[in-house]
Order: sequence, then structure tokens, then C-alpha cells
Amino acid sequence: MSHPADPLDARAAQRARPGRSRSLLPWLGLAPFALFSAAFLLIPTAKLIIGSFQNSNGAFTLANYADFNTKIVLNAYTTSIEISFVTAVGAAIFGFLLAYAVISGGLPAPIRAAVMTFSGVASNFAGIPLALAFIFTIGRVGLLTVFLRAIGIDPYKGGFNLYSKIGLELVYFYFQLPLMVLIIAPAIDGLKREWREAAENLGATSFQFWRRVALPILMPSLLGSTMLLFGNAFGAQATAYQLTGGLINLVTLLIGDQLSGDVLHTPGKGFALAVGMIVIMAIALAGYAILQRRAERWRR
Amino acid sequence: MSRTFRIFWWLVFIVGAVYFALPLIGTLAFSLKDKPITAAYTDLLKNKEFGTTFLYSFGIGLATVAVSVALIVPTAFWVRLRLPQARPYVEFITLLPFMVPPVVLVFGLISTYSRPPLSLTGSNTGSDVLLVAAYVVLSLPYMYRAADTGLSAIDVRALTEAAQSLGAGWPTILLRVILPNVRVAVLSGSFLTLAIVVGEFTIAIFLARPMFAPFLGLLGDADPYQQAAGSLLSFGLTWVALIIISLLGRGSQTRISVGGAR
Repeated sequence: MSHPADPLDARAAQRARPGRSRSLLPWLGLAPFALFSAAFLLIPTAKLIIGSFQNSNGAFTLANYADFNTKIVLNAYTTSIEISFVTAVGAAIFGFLLAYAVISGGLPAPIRAAVMTFSGVASNFAGIPLALAFIFTIGRVGLLTVFLRAIGIDPYKGGFNLYSKIGLELVYFYFQLPLMVLIIAPAIDGLKREWREAAENLGATSFQFWRRVALPILMPSLLGSTMLLFGNAFGAQATAYQLTGGLINLVTLLIGDQLSGDVLHTPGKGFALAVGMIVIMAIALAGYAILQRRAERWRR
Repeated sequence: MSRTFRIFWWLVFIVGAVYFALPLIGTLAFSLKDKPITAAYTDLLKNKEFGTTFLYSFGIGLATVAVSVALIVPTAFWVRLRLPQARPYVEFITLLPFMVPPVVLVFGLISTYSRPPLSLTGSNTGSDVLLVAAYVVLSLPYMYRAADTGLSAIDVRALTEAAQSLGAGWPTILLRVILPNVRVAVLSGSFLTLAIVVGEFTIAIFLARPMFAPFLGLLGDADPYQQAAGSLLSFGLTWVALIIISLLGRGSQTRISVGGAR
């Protein structure tokens, strides 16, 4: 356990009333945290950013970013963005329906508790074991594939392939959907019964209530959650690595290749690739934070 | 609620339930195809590498939790007690790991610590330090939130002043006054951290550490049945961790993590 400050400060703390301290001394209490985050988060990130603007000799250059215009990098970004977008929007819609079903859909109460607990588990069940579970189930010789083949439906002849984009999206839903259920549940809980009753007393139909009251109130939450889900999929690496062995060109996999084998042949290009990821993640999460703040206006 | 609507909501639930159950059933069925029926599980338990990687991962997880709690609880406490003006900065830093995906974080760490003067990746101990540090970074967002939520439920100032007037020093205040009061919140953050670390792959593989997930990923070449058993075990552990969190009850709402081990 670290000391936030020396004992001398204790007397100062006793005297200090709630409010702002003018002395610089209290800031020393943040030193362990500041040093740790500098050493293992801020400096390594800064290193990537600075390195992305340097050529092999250490001189300033923008050439690393020009590399975004090459086929491999462009393709990695479009694939990553497409998969993240599809799974975010798909999971946002179905996750919302699922959360609404168990919260306000008239299903027995124990189902709600079970779904919420399971969502906590499934949103954290990802990476290697998740990819494997899908391979054992709907891979080329998976349980479900074999079963479907036996009854005359061959998914792999019908255009499905687990080791492709669509397969990866199917797997990503496994952690995207439960995350959506968890983050949208408070917003659905926040829909007050009185709003619905008021709308009905004024003669609104169910459709009108949704169109004019519920959806506008939920919209910031829905959009914000979608952005969070986008970031959640965009940063994923292990699941795709295990599932496709690098056959799908994602930004995270390309960064991994660069890290283990310098496939881009210039360190700076790898740094630029990583910085591009941080920028996209920052946009997605800032969007989530802003929309979440708007959404909270309705919750008290 | 009209009848058609209720049928629709049941349908939504059933579709979801089937989607979530199938991969687990498929994996279970596959793991039981070995002969004799439980061979996949007994072989896995007898597998030496399973034992070493699993214990190693668990140890790394415990180390991560210890460092994270020791770092975050005093920080969150101090911000509430003395530095409310620092809150936005601290909060911003604890949310940064969401913006830096694990593969980018490990890229930055290796770029920073693979050459002199700080060549940590050269030795096993150095790599272990980097591994734990990286996992502590991953835990920052929900650990800070857990600690801060826990602290918001108590009167930090009154407790601190009461302890001080009884002659307690800072270590006593933190360990015997503050920590017991935020125990539930911190425990739930700790179990989440443990679940994430034990299954983490990306950072482990680039730092070349003998963690459980890289072992599991390669196990299929030798014995896919064991691999299926290992996948289910991994799911079961996540389940246990999350059940404990939900049993902890109030103040333990830290189930949401983004990024993590995906």
C-alpha cells in the first residue's frame, strides 16, 4: 500500500476544510498514480505518436501517414470499420430488443435476472475460447454443421464460411449483444410508466408513443451505445487471430504482424497504423460519452 | 401488453437464448466425443503445460489485482479527500485504456521497453513486470470506477478525521478504515480483473509470456478434445467470477468492460 503523502500533511488535512486546497503539496499524493500511468500508458502511447512522425533516421516526416493510401492498410481499415459497424448496429438493434423483452416485455422475472447475469459473463467471454467454441459448433466439421448437413442443409455450400467476414461477425455478436443489453438496460428502466399512461390518456396509439416519446428519449442512449460497441469490436484482436489465422486483414491483426515481423518494412508506418486506431477509438468513445450525458437528462 | 406483442418478445428471447446456448453446447458435445467420454477433461488436467500456464496466469492475475488496488484505492481516496479539482484529469487517464486497444498498448510498451536504457523485454522478470503493468492499465477504467463508487457511499472526510483524531496514520486509515468500507466495490472490480487477465491473449503473446490463452490457442494441433474442454473451463471461470460479483450485490455494478481480452 502506498502512502499518499507524508505525515506532516496530516495536520494540514485536519485544518483543511472541504473545498480547494491552494497548496501544491496535496498533488504529491497523486505521484504513484501519475508515475505509473506515465510509465506504462502515457509515455508508450506518446512514443507511438512521435514515432509515427519520424522516418528511419528520426527526422520529421508525414510519409508514414501517406502509407494509409496503400492497398494493405486501406483494406485493413475498411475491413475493420465494416465489421465493427455491422456488428455494432446489428447488436444495438437486437440487444435493445432483447433487453426490452426481458425488462418490459412481460416475460417472467427470473428470466430478466438470468439474462442480465449471463450478459455479464458473455460480454467478458471472448478471445481464444470464444473463437474455438464457434469452430467446434459451426466450423467445417462442427456439431451444428454436421447436423445441418445430415438433414440436407450444407451451410458451407450455401455461401456461409465461419473463417470469413460474415463468420467473424457472427462470432463478434457473442460479446457485442450482451454488452448492449448491459448498457441499454438502465435506459429502458428509465422509461417511466407515467409517460406511457399520459400518452395513452391523450389518445396516442402504441406506435405513436414509440415514435414521438420513447424513441426520441432513448435515441441518445441507442446511438451512444452503438458507438461504444463499434469501439469494442474495432479494438478486438484475439478472437479474429484464432478464428482466421490472419486470413482476414484487420487493423489489429496488421499491427500484430508489424509487431512480430515488421511486415510494413518501416517502424514509422506501424506507429502510424496504431495512431490511426487510437484516433478512431477516441472518436467512438467521445461520441459515446457525449451522447450518454445527453441521455442522462431523462434519468433521475 | 397485447398478446401478439408478448409472443414477439418471447420470440426475441428464444432466438437470443439459442444463439448463446449453441456454441456452448457444441463445445461441450465435442469435448465429450473423446474416448472414454471424460478423457478430454482428465487429459487436460494431466497436461503439464495446462497446469503451469494456468497457475502462471492466475498468479499474474493476482499480482495485477494487488497492484491495481494498491494504486487505485489510495488515488481515488485522495482525490475525494483533498483534490476534487484533480478528478477530471484522473478520470480522463483512467478512461484512456479504452482508447488504446491491447494490441496498441503492447506495441507502445515494447517500443518503449525493448532497448536500453530500459530493456525490460530482455529478461523474464522484466517481461513479467511489463505484463502485470499492462494488465493494471487494462483494469484502470473499471477499478477506478469501482473504488470511486464505493467511496461515494461513505463520508470520506468524516471517517478520515475521526481516524486521525484517534491517532491513526495514513496506512492505518487506508487499510483499516477506507478499504473495509469500499471492500464490496473493490472486490467486484478485482474479480472482473482476474477473469479478464486469466483469459487474456494479445498482450501475453506479444510479450511471449507462458499464459493460458496462448497455450489454449495452440492446443488444437495436439488434441482438439482437450482444447474444447479448456474452452469450456475458461467460460466456466468467467461465469464463477461474474456470479461472485453478482452475489456481492449492491455496489458491485462494475460488470461492463470494454476492450479487455477480445
